[in-house]
Amino acid sequence: MAIQRKANVHILDGNQAAAIAAMMSRVQVIAAYPITPQTPLTEQLSRYVEQGELQAEYVAVESEHSAMAVCTSASLVGARTFTATSSHGLAYMHEMLHWAAGARLPIVLACVNRAIGAPWNVLNDQQDSISQRDTGWIQIYCRNNQEIMDTIIQAYRIAEQVFVPVMVCYDGYILSHTEMPVDVPIQEEVDRYLPSYQPHTVLDPANPKNYNLVTLANPRVGVDGKLCHGYMELRYLLQEALQNSKEVIVKSGKEFNQLFGRDYANVFWEDRNEDAEITIVAMGSLAMEAIVAADMLREQGIKVGVLGLRVFRPFPKSEVVQALRKSKLIVVFDKNISYGSEGATCSEIKSALYGTYINAAIRNFIVGLGGRDIKARELVEATKKAIASLKETVVNPDYPEWICEI
Amino acid sequence: MKANAVNLIEQEWILPGNRTCPGCALSLAYRHTLKALEGQCIVTVPASCATVLHGMYPITAVNVPCVNTPFASTGASATGLVAGLKALGKKGITVLAFAGDGGTHDIGIQSLSGAAERQMDFIYICYDNEGYMNTGNQRSGSTPLGAVSGTTPILGKQQYQKDITAIMEAHGIPYVATCSASYPLDLYEKVKKARTIEGTRFLHVHTPCPPGWLFPFSDTIKFGEMAVETGLVVLYEIENGIFRLTSHSESMALRGGNLQPVREYFISQGRFKTITEEQIDELQDWVNARWKHCLHRATNL
Ligand SMILES: Cc1ncc(C[n+]2csc(CCOP(=O)(O)OP(=O)(O)O)c2C)c(N)n1
Ligand code: SF4
Ligand SMILES: [Mg+2]
Repeated sequence: MAIQRKANVHILDGNQAAAIAAMMSRVQVIAAYPITPQTPLTEQLSRYVEQGELQAEYVAVESEHSAMAVCTSASLVGARTFTATSSHGLAYMHEMLHWAAGARLPIVLACVNRAIGAPWNVLNDQQDSISQRDTGWIQIYCRNNQEIMDTIIQAYRIAEQVFVPVMVCYDGYILSHTEMPVDVPIQEEVDRYLPSYQPHTVLDPANPKNYNLVTLANPRVGVDGKLCHGYMELRYLLQEALQNSKEVIVKSGKEFNQLFGRDYANVFWEDRNEDAEITIVAMGSLAMEAIVAADMLREQGIKVGVLGLRVFRPFPKSEVVQALRKSKLIVVFDKNISYGSEGATCSEIKSALYGTYINAAIRNFIVGLGGRDIKARELVEATKKAIASLKETVVNPDYPEWICEI
Repeated sequence: MKANAVNLIEQEWILPGNRTCPGCALSLAYRHTLKALEGQCIVTVPASCATVLHGMYPITAVNVPCVNTPFASTGASATGLVAGLKALGKKGITVLAFAGDGGTHDIGIQSLSGAAERQMDFIYICYDNEGYMNTGNQRSGSTPLGAVSGTTPILGKQQYQKDITAIMEAHGIPYVATCSASYPLDLYEKVKKARTIEGTRFLHVHTPCPPGWLFPFSDTIKFGEMAVETGLVVLYEIENGIFRLTSHSESMALRGGNLQPVREYFISQGRFKTITEEQIDELQDWVNARWKHCLHRATNL
């Protein structure tokens, strides 16, 4: 039962929503380095700390690699940590992203999605976070600023239960710099939702432990005669944690609904999928555009539904299969490209469907790279093109099509 | 009371049977560092021979809490430990970064410089074995002129060592000191002093390495002493900008300031097998000039 609560609506851009969410999550150590379009977020957090509104250590590090190293080490003495970055900053963190996940530290990172060089481009696509897909982080994508606020708060609840760091991704400029109404929770509610961080390991001279030691592939016997994990077991446990995290993500979303009246008991958003013959798949703010496109297509008598991916890691395979069971055509829009192959979400959808009874045709379109405008109109045209292509063949093409409208 | 072999704290925080080579000076330096901190520290260690010393999961040779961190990140990791402890209101624990010369002079200089500029409250010890020993001895920014290594295999290194203590002093940090593993009590005193100071404290420790430098395992202490006696290593501390010679360098200065010639030091190590007489002369001139500068700068003579 959702409780009745008074709305507390503010007009916020995505970065402001993220900053408020981090503050309300009572983060204790923040380490970040400015990069467009994340910069206003990190400035806002340092302002909260200097004003004394947020009791936290704000570390103005000299690089993103260091930002994540500060977070990993602060987390290991028991502090709740937050960082945010975009694009080159996330790429620069790459090594440390592996360490954060490998050490099972529940760090939350806001990734303000931006294109990556060369050449320079500060506008939005999702190549940055998709490139970090295999670092062992949970990745959740937001469609609007309310979701940014809510997802960051949920991210701590998720991360601190499964001991996997969470990357909350939202589109640069489209969300980060665009104001929208956001219902801001009150601190007591967030406190009720988010218990304090209980670390799995605390570095303390009173109980010395040596963390991240060289670890052999095979299990090894300790001085007490106990057999301890090898590297391979530790990697399996991370995979297992991500597999199991789906349940925690859904549960945390449900619990969020109970307190705040907004439901996140889902791993993706669906719109009119029940009777859809064609499903558009998109991730992030593009999913909102896809809903508009579905409206337009339905007006023309085409039964279109939308699947807006929210949780990209762990990838919700069985749920996706269930959602797509009636689709005859799946049109996947990707704001990223795995060069030489196809869009990352398209590959995921294909792999989820393999071996099921669903035999839908799949068409993949690469859109919106480097901030290239992509509107509902283009999604409609692409969907129609995909429908027309079925007359020629239902076989899925090897490579995606690119939409480069001007 | 100054530390001596008799009154030195008996408790050990590095257990016997660690994985360093016989005659390894880094383990000697680390041992006295942890004694000076009485184990009341949290250590961060990047990829290096110190990682090897720390052991293999689930067995460690070290009895202090430690996080192993990526090669470039030591200064930032120490920052994170400090920030975390501060955020949680935990007091009385010294954060110690313990890194090699590669992890300090080269790949780690960015995170160290950033942390020192922010005046983060930790002790950073660079143990200097003058090369990337963990990966089998390649040149580093601290490999001396003329030394052969895996990546200076035929000609020997053509450049001088990077002056890391000058770089760190330029950050305006409250305490900078040089040490040698061959003078462990001097090291011990310096770490003890550093422990009482707030801000970034930087210690550079000369740690001879038998397999990397190609000298017999039994001669570690001898080569460390020779380096000091020749002036290749000068033992000093700079506390709030005030420069003092210490330990053996101080007594040498007080006894007339004569240095042993550097030649013997070079020709008795395998790594200098291709060093030329001109290079030795060049190095001798460099040592003389620096020693003069130190004598001039010292406030305690
Ligand atoms: C990013 C990265 N690059 C390279 C390495 C490989 N590596 C591990 S230790 C090391 C050399 C360490 O040298 P130093 O810091 O002087 O410590 P020492 O081994 O000499 O004690 C290198 C190159 C690494 N671990 N990480
Ligand atoms: S290679 Fe040198 S520094 Fe490394 S453990 Fe052996 S003696 Fe020590
Ligand atoms: Mg070295």
